[in-house]
Amino acid sequence: MKITLKVWRQKNSKEKGQFETYSLNSVSEDMSFLEMFDVLNEQLIREGKDPVAFDHDCREGICGMCSMYINGRAHGPMQGTTTCQLHMRHFNDGDTIVVEPWRAEPFPVIKDLVVNRSAFDRIIASGGYVSVNTGNAQDANSLPIAKHIADEAFAAAACIGCGACVAACKNSSAMLFVSAKVSQLSMLPQGKPERESRVVAMVKKMDEEGFGNCTNTGACEAECPKEISVMNIARLNREYIRAALASEEDV
Amino acid sequence: MSWFTHMMTSSIGKKVVMSVTGLFLCSFLLVHLSINLLSLLPDNGLLFNEAAHFMSSNPLIRTIEIVLFAGFIIHIAQSYFITRSNQKARPVKYAVNAGNANSTWYSRSMGILGSLVLFFLIIHLRHFWIESRFLTELPADSNGTPDMYTLMIEVFANPIYNIIYLLGVFALGYHLMHGFQSAWRSLGIMHRKYTPVIQGIGIAFSFFITLGFAIIPVFFYFFRQPNQ
Ligand code: SF4
Ligand code: FES
Repeated sequence: MKITLKVWRQKNSKEKGQFETYSLNSVSEDMSFLEMFDVLNEQLIREGKDPVAFDHDCREGICGMCSMYINGRAHGPMQGTTTCQLHMRHFNDGDTIVVEPWRAEPFPVIKDLVVNRSAFDRIIASGGYVSVNTGNAQDANSLPIAKHIADEAFAAAACIGCGACVAACKNSSAMLFVSAKVSQLSMLPQGKPERESRVVAMVKKMDEEGFGNCTNTGACEAECPKEISVMNIARLNREYIRAALASEEDV
Repeated sequence: MSWFTHMMTSSIGKKVVMSVTGLFLCSFLLVHLSINLLSLLPDNGLLFNEAAHFMSSNPLIRTIEIVLFAGFIIHIAQSYFITRSNQKARPVKYAVNAGNANSTWYSRSMGILGSLVLFFLIIHLRHFWIESRFLTELPADSNGTPDMYTLMIEVFANPIYNIIYLLGVFALGYHLMHGFQSAWRSLGIMHRKYTPVIQGIGIAFSFFITLGFAIIPVFFYFFRQPNQ
């Protein structure tokens, strides 16, 4: 396949970036999108040019490192797919593909397509955990959990913190990410004792980091590689309102 | 800051304010439209005039009118602040953005739709509310009630006003189409059993409000021209 790439190049967070156009002549349709970038980078290195910086780690859709806004969509055109799991067979010979980094104030560009997602880590550090060591797995009968609760908590726990929800949201809102983390913890017994303080702290941190306000467009759910449901956002709203109004602690 | 201000100024609290005021304004739309539809009755507007007069003279309604204005102002001001902070959250825009692949155009255009509604609202208030309340004394109809009906006939004889009116009403329709169900979600109400019902009501409500309001200027323009 012949592919033309328009890639965002930016030296660092200070300098302004611009698009560069590259042509690749022998892209196999079995390659992943990232493997195509490996080929591009080898080509650039041979030409003595600076290779394109992009994030990746596991390359099997579980770590959440890969990003890229591909032809106007987070992680490209496929549903429930990370960029490392996106294959070139979903594109056509002769296509021009525009690749940009995640764009959001709290995710500054470090270089080219790499953005700094530490804002997510700081949100987790503000309360997205269970404070005590919960030890070994208990006897299953001592902690009864209804199947549908376990399923929903598990589905929320599938979030890999990739930031596609922020990237795809017109408001750069981090609600889907935060709601997945809050849901996963507050639905299960070990997370319950800190249910109120956690949601209040995490929402506070999310706002401080400069993410936008959710307007329920649903773009996050549609673009999330782990198909986290917006039901979680409603639950986050509910948990927050409940914690603010009903708990004896201050907000 | 007290816990209450903290809550209300958080991103979630701001959305709570938007949804509570939004749903309150929905209830106003329902009352407003019910009364307006009376103007379609073939009784020379007598019943409509009576209802309009009741709404503008009853002390309880006059009090709620103040709350209504507050609701409008809070809804509009808050949306302005939310939009500004949302724009600040993405200083560099995407060169290519395929928004239609993941969301409806009207869910992404609430600010523009709302601004169109506001633009229409100002003109609308000037023609009816300010006109009848402050500028002119309405003449009495055959029952001796202030004749709002004749004012309507006069205003709706103007095609340019009607186009603005229809534009405002359709913008409102799309605003409601997203806003109604979004409001419940912002309040944390989303449930496998009830959300389909809320969504159904939202769609029916948007259609009813849009078509109900839209039919009035069209009807007046074609069938209720002022007698020269
Ligand atoms: S919610 Fe989905 S899109 Fe957002 S960070 Fe988690 S996995 Fe990525
Ligand atoms: S590289 Fe790990 S999810 Fe894509």
